[in-house]
Amino acid sequence: MGSILIFMGALLAIGMWWLARQGIMTKPWLEQGIAATYVPTRSNPPAVARTGLRVFLAVVGSLFALFISAYAIRMQMPDWRDVPLPNVLWLNTGMLVLSSIALHEAGKSARRGEEEVLKLGLLAAGATALAFLSGQILAWRQLTADGYLLTSNSANAFFYVLTGAHGLHVIGGLVALGRTIARTWRGVPPERLRVSVGLCATYWHFLLFVWLLLLSILTGWAGTFIDICRQALS
Amino acid sequence: MVDVPFGHVGTAPESDVGDVELYHPHSWVTKYVFSQDAKIIAIQYSITALAVGLIALILSWLMRLQLGFPGVFSFIDANAYYQLITMHGMMMVVYVLTALFLGGFGNYLIPLMIGARDMVFPYVNMLSFWTYLLAVLILVASFFAPGGPSGAGWTLYPPQAILSGTPGGQDWGIILMLVSLMVFIIGFTMGGLNYVVTVLQARARGMTLMRMPLTVWGIFTASFMALLAFPALFVGAVMMLFDRALGTSFFMPSIVEMGQVLERSGGSPLLFQHLFWFFGHPEVYIVALPAFGIVSDLISTHARRNIFGYRMMVWALLAIGALSFVVWAHHMYVSGMNPYFGFFFATTTLIIAIPTAIKVYNWILTLWRGDIHLNVPMLFALAFIVTFVNGGLTGLFLGNVVVDVPLSDTMFVVAHFHMVMGVAPILVIFGAIYHWYPKMTGRMLNDALGKLHFWVTFLGSYAIFFPMHYLGLMGVPRRYHEIGDMAFVPASAHTLNAFISVVALIVGAAQLIFVFNLVWSLRSGRPAGGNPWRATTLEWQTPETPPPHGNWGKQMPVVYRWAYDYSVPGAAEDFLPQNQPSAHPAPGTSHG
Amino acid sequence: MAVALILVLIAAGSVAFHLVSPWWWTPIASNWGYIDSTIIITFWITGAVFVAIVLFTAYCVYRFRHQPGRQAHYEPESKRLEMWLTIVTGVGVAAMLTPGLFVWGQFITVPEDATDIEILGQQWQWSFRLPGPDGQLGLTDTRLVSPDNPLGLSREDPKAQDDVIVEGGELRLPVGKPIKALLRSVDVIHNFYVPEMRAKMDLVPGQVSYIWFTPTRTGTFEILCAELCGVGHSHMRGTVVVQEQSDYQAWLQDQQARSFARLAPAAQ
Repeated sequence: MGSILIFMGALLAIGMWWLARQGIMTKPWLEQGIAATYVPTRSNPPAVARTGLRVFLAVVGSLFALFISAYAIRMQMPDWRDVPLPNVLWLNTGMLVLSSIALHEAGKSARRGEEEVLKLGLLAAGATALAFLSGQILAWRQLTADGYLLTSNSANAFFYVLTGAHGLHVIGGLVALGRTIARTWRGVPPERLRVSVGLCATYWHFLLFVWLLLLSILTGWAGTFIDICRQALS
Repeated sequence: MVDVPFGHVGTAPESDVGDVELYHPHSWVTKYVFSQDAKIIAIQYSITALAVGLIALILSWLMRLQLGFPGVFSFIDANAYYQLITMHGMMMVVYVLTALFLGGFGNYLIPLMIGARDMVFPYVNMLSFWTYLLAVLILVASFFAPGGPSGAGWTLYPPQAILSGTPGGQDWGIILMLVSLMVFIIGFTMGGLNYVVTVLQARARGMTLMRMPLTVWGIFTASFMALLAFPALFVGAVMMLFDRALGTSFFMPSIVEMGQVLERSGGSPLLFQHLFWFFGHPEVYIVALPAFGIVSDLISTHARRNIFGYRMMVWALLAIGALSFVVWAHHMYVSGMNPYFGFFFATTTLIIAIPTAIKVYNWILTLWRGDIHLNVPMLFALAFIVTFVNGGLTGLFLGNVVVDVPLSDTMFVVAHFHMVMGVAPILVIFGAIYHWYPKMTGRMLNDALGKLHFWVTFLGSYAIFFPMHYLGLMGVPRRYHEIGDMAFVPASAHTLNAFISVVALIVGAAQLIFVFNLVWSLRSGRPAGGNPWRATTLEWQTPETPPPHGNWGKQMPVVYRWAYDYSVPGAAEDFLPQNQPSAHPAPGTSHG
Repeated sequence: MAVALILVLIAAGSVAFHLVSPWWWTPIASNWGYIDSTIIITFWITGAVFVAIVLFTAYCVYRFRHQPGRQAHYEPESKRLEMWLTIVTGVGVAAMLTPGLFVWGQFITVPEDATDIEILGQQWQWSFRLPGPDGQLGLTDTRLVSPDNPLGLSREDPKAQDDVIVEGGELRLPVGKPIKALLRSVDVIHNFYVPEMRAKMDLVPGQVSYIWFTPTRTGTFEILCAELCGVGHSHMRGTVVVQEQSDYQAWLQDQQARSFARLAPAAQ
């Protein structure tokens, strides 16, 4: 359960930092009127949406941290046989990186009000994300064809479940991205799309990060890295 | 820094309110069925959860009939019995308590208490309720599925949960259970995002975190914990569903089932337990923290005294929330996990008793030198203190690893968790309903019926669960369809079991008084006015009662003080509403 | 008034129930008297806290009940009081935890001279395996389970040849000898529980867990399954018979004659 505890520890640190800034040590009964520690809450929609996304990412992070914890426990059982990763995964990783970059650029152009660049960036992001998903399906088919079936070993099962869970989150992101693209085509000016594009970009970066983490675990690099750290410490 | 001139009567200047984009219902259906108003959603959540609660109550009656009078009711065979305990447990913990505290009270109270117009994502909030309802329907559908519902116990431990020796294991029962849980978690996540983000982003002007009522603190902390903890159950459910439906071996080692060697190998049953309890223990506090918060406000209001040690109460809530994520394996002391974990988890578990004890001290110190009005909500709050302290103290037995060895899996455990997370939170729920019903409907619940309901429920449930500990101490295991002949169990224990069953039937029946009171008072209750309890918090200061959609009319409230200015020396009244500017002499400074 | 009185009655009634009710733990038959002592310490501390809190609440309800003209005292917090209460609670918790951890340390440390035995659970009966003259248990594998090899013993392992197998019957143990029970299940999770021995542990398929105890008096005790294991859970009973050393040896001799015949390699 190491990975989930590290994740929870990080959240705890963020939470404590935030609470300290909110005047958690003050004596509220001594203050009347508009309190000195009052940090005005910006209840305008962009801030709300951003906070909403951040909290949601904490939930998704918890989900994947738990999957990884389960993986780490299960892989210690003697019947575990590592899955040879299909090469197409590296191409997929490249696609997801490109997708993230494209959305990042789209976000910049939305802030600058460049409509054409924005449209191009959004479309490129969508296309590369679709390419990523198709590549993942290709990887599944390749594994199945090579006899690495879901039921034959838990390492295989974890491969399908982890990539599947990640893929579903990409699909969810694509729905939001699709709606944003539709809005650009309906002629909504780039300035008003700034928030949606920014949210999509944050979500994409997060999913890229999760994917890199999963990849490092599936390849066994994470395990090697932890072993090296352990040796360095002892 | 926002600077609002004093002297306005507790509202922001109209220009500050800004352009409020509120969804406005156009028809009866959008107003009461597919409503996006948090208050309507709250009532929908509450009624659904209470209905599930009644079903689960009836299931517990049947269980008690079998335990008290074994063999008399032949239709409750072992199959049926295990299905009853499973559905009773799962329904009560997840579909009643979690849904009622967060979906019900969270939706109703958060926007009103922090001075918001509504939740920040009303559409998602509406989806949350309908997803929850879908989850309930899937769960209830398993009663009618071939093979009936799962009989694996609410903990759903594999491998037995998905094998043929367990009711529903190789039928539809376990599949419907897992799918229903996953749907519930998705629905809850939609709601939970709302509760958390609303508190973070939609507080009224002047409402600092430390001015929030403890109810909001409790629900906020619990929602955040639930958002992080439910994924553990989700992960476990996904993996078990794969094991059951697709033949993987996440949790399935080599198994011989009815003489046949199954095609599984290497899986770890303990992995599921770790995932389950990583959700399951925070879940206890997900139920308890809102109850802590609500009971603090009930005691403070009805004792006309500020909650004692408000800051400590907030810190304790947060400490309990954080600690509850590192105690999960105290449910697994005798599970065959690495025994050295016992040292760590016993220590963290007993440490969590300290912030919890501080909360109890502060509740009773709030009563000290108060002006105690024994209204029905206050009675329930007092009963909560007794049952919670009782159940919390027996938790110290079970948390202390070696003491848990003889007691775990016995009736002692059953008595403990029913006292601490069954009876105690439900008493708070009743108290809260008696307290806020006037705001929801504009009418008071009948006082005499309330007191009758209170005494039967409180004394009855204490009489059920207090003696039950001693059956467990003697060694009677839990989850036994019939105790049968055990050499060490004297005949008097069977008499005690029969007594417990009879009391359980009476307490269950007494809930009809409550249901009747709810319905009858809707039309015939005494008109309540806007603030019948003379309370300080914002929900009692709405311009209309019950508050309409948008809560506050044209002007948003501005908060000038904390939530507990009761009996301030020199003030004209014994309470100062949070949105009241300092028109009165300043309160005395702190004494400590 | 009535409320305060009822609260007092609850506190008094709970204590009275604890003292006079006939329901109490079974007379101990193993070396785990320390567990009972830890429970007693916990009862004293928690009982005192419970009575104190309920009585204090009752006193407040009586003394500070609403009367015309009463005004509550305004005092937001008292750091000193809260600090003292925290310290006292911490001390109380430590007083329960310290002996608990100490005894747990003993509970998981098996003495050198303990005899290994195996307890195997399956839906819904208990089986037992005792080492033969070589004093060691042989290897097993769940995949080897078959009608003529119900415990899945490895026939290649010479240590398994002399193991004594008791299927669905009584477990016999010599009095006064420490026993290390290796716990194994071939299907679902069970739990080996003998109330008089105080010890209890899950039998988990796919792994071997253990407990140890020393029977301290002769007699016949009931084995219960304490982990839900399917519809037959409440019927999964067994017996453990604790005997004098000499009686036990006589019985063991008799069993060994039978076991040899049963698991000889020729049986393949």
